Amino acid sequence: MPIVVDLPPPIREQAGGNSQVTVQGATVRAALTDLIAQHPALEAKLFDKGEIRPYINVFVNDEDIRFLDEMDTAIADGVTIALVPAVAGG
Amino acid sequence: MPEFVLGLKCKSCGKLYPKQPINFCTEDFGPLEVVYDYEAIRPHVSREKIERRPKTMWRYRELLPIDGEPTVGPQVGGTPLIRADRLAEAIGVEKLWIKNDAVNFPSLSFKDRVVSVALSKAREFGFTTVGCASTGNLANSVAANAAQAGLDTFILVPADLERAKILGTSVYGARLIGVTGTYDEVNRLCSQIALKYNFGFVNVNLRPFYGEGSKSFGFEIAEDLGWRFPQHVVCPMAGGSLIGKIHKAFEELVAVGLVEGPVTTKMYGAQASGCNPIADCVKSGRERHKPVRKPNTICKSLAIGDPADGYFSAKLIQQTGGWAEDVNDDEIVENMLLLARTEGVFAETAGGVTLAVARKLIEQGRIPRDEEIVICITGNGLKTQDAIAEAVGEPAIIKPSLTAFDELFAEAHQPEPMLV
Repeated sequence: MPIVVDLPPPIREQAGGNSQVTVQGATVRAALTDLIAQHPALEAKLFDKGEIRPYINVFVNDEDIRFLDEMDTAIADGVTIALVPAVAGG
Repeated sequence: MPEFVLGLKCKSCGKLYPKQPINFCTEDFGPLEVVYDYEAIRPHVSREKIERRPKTMWRYRELLPIDGEPTVGPQVGGTPLIRADRLAEAIGVEKLWIKNDAVNFPSLSFKDRVVSVALSKAREFGFTTVGCASTGNLANSVAANAAQAGLDTFILVPADLERAKILGTSVYGARLIGVTGTYDEVNRLCSQIALKYNFGFVNVNLRPFYGEGSKSFGFEIAEDLGWRFPQHVVCPMAGGSLIGKIHKAFEELVAVGLVEGPVTTKMYGAQASGCNPIADCVKSGRERHKPVRKPNTICKSLAIGDPADGYFSAKLIQQTGGWAEDVNDDEIVENMLLLARTEGVFAETAGGVTLAVARKLIEQGRIPRDEEIVICITGNGLKTQDAIAEAVGEPAIIKPSLTAFDELFAEAHQPEPMLV
């Protein structure tokens, strides 16, 4: 099973209109690096000076990576990485 | 009424957007905030004009982001600002007020303010289904106001919420969904739902408008003090939005010429120790809060582990010269009782948090005892009765006879002269 990245609608245009992109990598960082290699226009949306932007939360199978090993979180085939806008709630 | 809203602006990169149901910048995902043309508003407002209007939050409508008249919640707000002399004496300060949104209409919390704006806006945008992620009070308010407005709902809450907050949502016929997870997990799910379905989620895609409703809490404090600002405001923090909106309200009153500036009020944030990401951020001097994975406190209404406005509230507290603190469950209960027993105000657990934190800050010397303090009470104790059930004890039970009362009285008192 592949690793899938779920993209929110506002950045799908930079990914050729896809809502999901299949990637490879052993960590979240590697998977997102592969995502950007496939769709370079996403880099400016998702990253600022090499760091993921503060208002995007990254989830691996519904778990926030800040409670795992952040960008070094190990992933296996079959997981879903979701990129979710952080500014909600309260 | 003329148009005063210029649009939405990203608080991170400054990009401007026309009014629309969207909560984040499509460039960098930063939060969007409503921007107004204060110079255009200035000639349309005056103290006299506002004072002639009904005592609701909508008397400040030029500074709220709806087109025309509010269609949902026209009677929200206008809650009492109480001079709390008995409480002041008990905690050793001279000038103390309580802003009491425990009696806000219709659902007994400050959330009615944000919901009336958000649902009025939802109707303008043409939504027929609305919803929210909630720790309880917002669920109650969306359910009540949506019922009155005839809107369909999807309301998502953590499944382990207080029973009163569950019933106080379902009673309005709302579609209530308990999610087996923390509030932050509910919130993330709602963000994903909002991106997929065409619903008006008040604290997701309607969030920029929704948050503005909280400013009316601050407008009312200033007007009720005689069109001026207190020196210190102590405010509970869950998502961290309200504290910023109260301060924004003060700044706007200056911007439109209703109160003389500058705003020098110091803002203080209150959290429970079992979920204190913003207080921890302030106390440790961190730039960004560290999210709390599993909040553990009796104060469920403040149990947001990853507050959306964590960064901005911590920054505001530092910039105004305020501070933040957190308190444990025993302190929360003790201060719910103190507030009830000195001022006759039965606040929910968040009120216990806020009073306990205010006392802590006074004891620490951070809030001077001789200066003006406003404590923000945002919800009603009838919704969190379990928290105080043990502490208040059971009533005495007697037979319906005078002898039984005489015995009870004699046990508790020395003999006193009889009236008859």
